[in-house]
Amino acid sequence: MLTPTYMDYSSTTPVDARVANKMAKYLTMEGDFGNAASRSHYYGWQAEKAVDEARSQVADLVGADPREIVWTSGATESNNLAIKGIANFYQKRGKHIITLKTEHKAVLDTCRQLEREGFEVTYLDPLANGLLDLDLFKKTIREDTILASFMHVNNEIGVIQDLQSIGDICRENKVFFHVDAAQSAGKIEIDLSLLPVDLMSFSAHKIYGPKGMGALYVSRKPRVRLEAQMHGGGHERGMRSGTLATHQIVGMGEAFAIAKAEMKDESDRTLKLRQRLYDGFSDMEEVVVNGDLDQRIAGNLNISFNYVEGESLMMAISDVAVSSGSACTSSSLEPSYVLRALGLSDELAHSSIRFSVGRYTTEKDVDDAIVLVREKVEKLRDLSPLWDMYKDGIDLNSVEWAAH
Amino acid sequence: MAYGKKVLDHYENPRNVGVLDKEANNVGTGMVGAPACGDVMRLQIQVNDDGVIEEAKFKTYGCGSAIASSSLLTEWVKGKTLDEASQIKNTEIVEELELPPVKIHCSVLAEDAIKAAINDLKSKSN
Repeated sequence: MLTPTYMDYSSTTPVDARVANKMAKYLTMEGDFGNAASRSHYYGWQAEKAVDEARSQVADLVGADPREIVWTSGATESNNLAIKGIANFYQKRGKHIITLKTEHKAVLDTCRQLEREGFEVTYLDPLANGLLDLDLFKKTIREDTILASFMHVNNEIGVIQDLQSIGDICRENKVFFHVDAAQSAGKIEIDLSLLPVDLMSFSAHKIYGPKGMGALYVSRKPRVRLEAQMHGGGHERGMRSGTLATHQIVGMGEAFAIAKAEMKDESDRTLKLRQRLYDGFSDMEEVVVNGDLDQRIAGNLNISFNYVEGESLMMAISDVAVSSGSACTSSSLEPSYVLRALGLSDELAHSSIRFSVGRYTTEKDVDDAIVLVREKVEKLRDLSPLWDMYKDGIDLNSVEWAAH
Repeated sequence: MAYGKKVLDHYENPRNVGVLDKEANNVGTGMVGAPACGDVMRLQIQVNDDGVIEEAKFKTYGCGSAIASSSLLTEWVKGKTLDEASQIKNTEIVEELELPPVKIHCSVLAEDAIKAAINDLKSKSN
C-alpha cells in the first residue's frame, strides 16, 4: 500500500535513522541500560556519560552551558515547568504574566491554570502578520509583571518573533522572558550566550528525535530559579525529579547534533521547496498566505484557498498528509484560534491548509502535490455555492445567513 | 479516524451538482448555514405539474460529510412529492452515510436545506 506523502513536519517528524540506531544501544542487556543516577557502578557511569554527552550536544546547538539544560518529557512539560516554576517561585514580586493569543496550548492552558490560582494573565493580540506588537507589549508591562512568554516560531503559521528586541524590553523592566522554541531549535540560529532570554523550551520530536522527550534551558547568568513541578529524588539540580531516560536523552542529543551540522544546508533546501510549493499556487485566484511570508520558518506554508472548506480539501488531497485550521478537523468545531487571533475571517480560517515540508521531502513530492491541490481546489470550487456568489460579484459580508 | 467509504463515494462521484433557475416558478431554493460555521448548503428542487420533484441540484461549502449529506438528499428527493420530501429525517442520513457523532450536525443542516427549499417553493405559489 502506498502511504501518503508526508507534508506535516510541523506536527511531528520521523526519527532520523542515525538517531534511532544510537538510541537502540541504550536499551537492552547488551547495551548501556543503566540508571544514570547509580553513582557506584559501571552501568550507572556508562549511562551518566551518555547523558552528559547529550547534554553538551543540546547546549552546543543553542549556545548554552550544559549545566543550564534540564531534561523533561517534552516541550509541553518544559512550558509548564518554566511558567508555573517562575510564577510560583517569584510570586511575592508580582502575579502578572504576559503572553500572546497565538501561543501553543501548552502555554495558554498553563496560564489559564495559573489564573485559577490567583495570577493575572494578559493575552495580547498579535499584529495581522503574526508578530508581537512591541509598543503594545511595552505598554502592557506593569510593576507587578514577573514573566513574559512568547514562542520563537509559531507552529501554525511559522512566523519568527524578534527575540532580541523582546528580550531587551524584558531586561529593562526586570521581567523574566520565557521562549517556547519547540518549532525553531535546529532550524534557525539560536545563541543563548547573546540573547536576553531566561528560559527556553525544546522538543525532540520536531527535529527528527523521539517523541516524549524535551528540555528546558534555565539561565545561570543571570541566575533564574524555579519551583519544581515534579518531585522525588531531586534530579536535574532539584528542578525535575525522575530517573533519566537514557535512550530518549541520547536520541535528543544526537538529533540536535545532526541539526547543528546540517542546519544551513537543510534550511536552504527546505526554503527552496517551500518556495516551489508556493509558486505552484500563486497564480490561482483568491489564495492567501497566512502569516508573514518573510519572517517565517523555511518549511511552513499556511495557505487559505478561499471558498473551499479545509477539511473537504484535505480529504480530496488525501495522498498528501497535511493539517488544516478548519473547525471541521477539530473535535470542538471551532476554527483555528491562531488564525482567528490574526484577525482572519472565519471563512479564511475554515479554508486554511498547513503544508510543512522537511528533511525527507523531495521536489517530486512538491510537484505532485501542486498538481493534486490545484485540481481538487478547482473541483471543490465547482461544488461551492460561495464561489458562485463570489463570481457573481456578491459581497458575502452583506448576506444574511440562515445559520442554526 | 479515516473517512467513511460512503462519504468518500459522494465526494468522488457527486450526484446532482449544479444550479437551477431560482426565478422559475417551479423551482425552490434553500440556502442554509454560514461561512462563519464552515458549512453552507444550497439545495434546489424543481417540481412538475403534479407536484412531484423531478429535478434536484446542490452546491455545498463544507467538509466531506456535509457534501455527502447534501448530495444524498438530492438523490432521495427525486420522485417524491413535497410532503414526502419534507418528511426526510436527518437521522436517516446519519444511518445511510454512517456519520460519526461529531458530524451529525451536517445531516441536520441538509434537512434544514430541503425544508427551506420546500418553503421557498410554497411561498411562490402563494
